[in-house]
Amino acid sequence: MLVEYFTIGIFIAIAIAFACFAVLASHFLGQRKPSAIKQAPYECGMTTVGSSFRRVPIKYYIIAMLFLIFDIEVVFLYPWAVVFKEYRVFAFVSMAVFLGILILAYIYIWKKGALEWE
Amino acid sequence: MKLPEIDLYLIAPEIILTAFGFLVLLADVFSPRTEKKGYLGILSLIGIVVAFFYTLPLIGSGKSGFEGMFTADGFALFLKVTFLIIAFITILISMGYAEREGIAFGEYYALILFSTLGMSLMASGTHLITIFLGLETMSIAIYVLAGMLREDRRSVESAFKYFLLGAFATGFLLYGIALLYGATGSLQLKEIATYIASKNLLRNPMLMISLVFLTIGFGFKIASVPFHMWTPDVYEGAPTSITAFMATGVKAAGFAALIRVFFTALPQFRPDWTSIMWLISVATMTVGNIVAISQSNIKRMLAYSSIAHAGYILVAFVAGNDIGISGILFYLMAYAFMNLGAFTCVILLGKKGEENTLITDYSGIGFKYPLLAASMTVFLLSMAGIPPLGGFMAKVYVFSAAVKEKFYWLAILGVLNSAVSVYYYLRVTVLMYFREPQREITGLQFSPASVLALIIALIGTFYMGLFPANVLSFAQKSIVGLM
Repeated sequence: MLVEYFTIGIFIAIAIAFACFAVLASHFLGQRKPSAIKQAPYECGMTTVGSSFRRVPIKYYIIAMLFLIFDIEVVFLYPWAVVFKEYRVFAFVSMAVFLGILILAYIYIWKKGALEWE
Repeated sequence: MKLPEIDLYLIAPEIILTAFGFLVLLADVFSPRTEKKGYLGILSLIGIVVAFFYTLPLIGSGKSGFEGMFTADGFALFLKVTFLIIAFITILISMGYAEREGIAFGEYYALILFSTLGMSLMASGTHLITIFLGLETMSIAIYVLAGMLREDRRSVESAFKYFLLGAFATGFLLYGIALLYGATGSLQLKEIATYIASKNLLRNPMLMISLVFLTIGFGFKIASVPFHMWTPDVYEGAPTSITAFMATGVKAAGFAALIRVFFTALPQFRPDWTSIMWLISVATMTVGNIVAISQSNIKRMLAYSSIAHAGYILVAFVAGNDIGISGILFYLMAYAFMNLGAFTCVILLGKKGEENTLITDYSGIGFKYPLLAASMTVFLLSMAGIPPLGGFMAKVYVFSAAVKEKFYWLAILGVLNSAVSVYYYLRVTVLMYFREPQREITGLQFSPASVLALIIALIGTFYMGLFPANVLSFAQKSIVGLM
């Protein structure tokens, strides 16, 4: 059985070797002229102010989580659309049930006030 | 084009639980915030009763569907009946308790329904993905329920601990499932068994590792030693009604999936897992009972006692014969009644802001609250395994299964453990009747729903002890075709 995995082993070995080679090659071959600006964490944009460890309102997480759910719903719609012609009514009903449950959840979070920012 | 085989009648109980879960959620948000929400509990109870009546006609049909992903065989249906009883009693308890603690939100009841749905899926799944989905549906709902008392640090700690360790255990389980799939090319339990038998994969390292990982994953859910460390903290911190639900429902569902996977998909490995489970069983009984002795908090004591009970059930799992598996079903139901009953008593002895969960708080309540103390005594004696109560018959079946398969040492250790357990169960009884009250406990409110829950639990405990044959023959019919 190990023989079957041998090709994967070779692939992993090549991947590691290549990554090491690329990093080491640029380390030894490249020139470096460090300056204060180059050493800064951000090359462009504004310089940061204050610590990055600060409290973030929980609302961001709630919105992000809700976004994720409906985002995944859309992802589901793609493969469904591909096979829709083949399965017709069956596909329609299945998706209607799925979307129906999500819409119920949507009504719930709406009425619960999870979408209100204030 | 081939349509997947779909039989909605087969999953009617699950559909009803889902529908009522949503109904409760929506009823909650569409009613004014300030209103008292007692009807949400009643709505959930109705949902469970309807689901129950859709479960009953399925019994005896033994049908499977959904391309071998789902079955409504006797084993699944017996457990579904058990889960529905557990959920029913839990909601009854909650109607008083959740109101008192200010957590009677729609989400609370809906999550109980959703987690019951997950348990049903675990019992019915004949495909590892179905089982896994059921497990997660159940667990995620429970993680939230454990942290329902948001103001209480211990409750939040309990939810967080359970979530982190639970997610970790789920990782093991998934890894085990992946390895099983890698080795056999299937996730359908029967197909896995057929493939292993046909290719003679008994010494396949991938399958061996998978077996270990599955044991860890399920061992966590049933709180067996050495995967039990979370149990006391989680059970202590969670709302007491949810602790009762976890100790009975989650454990039963864990055993359901464990038995289904091991006996259907991996029967060829029986000699291997028998020896592992023998050790786990003895360790679970012994650690659970010995540590329970030194507990001063009644919820922690019941947590360790629930660990010990998982050990007794594993005795029958090791025996693995017909009487053993039907004994497990019997045990799970009897344990549900007595444990839910005991936790109901714990709830009734507390009030808002004063939980009274120290064992010494029970001193002298035998004269002040005679009926409450008498019920508590019945449940504790049943757990200790004293006739004529349900817990006694359950232990008889479990240990006789071990003796029948010539696991004499296991049976002896089980009985010895059972004797040890009498000590800490009786201690509470002694405190209740033979000690002066240490502090005044007054103003207890017995909500009618909790009293009804207590009565159901009492009837169940006595019925299973006095007329065990009815339930046992139901259990024996249920396991036909499982192995």
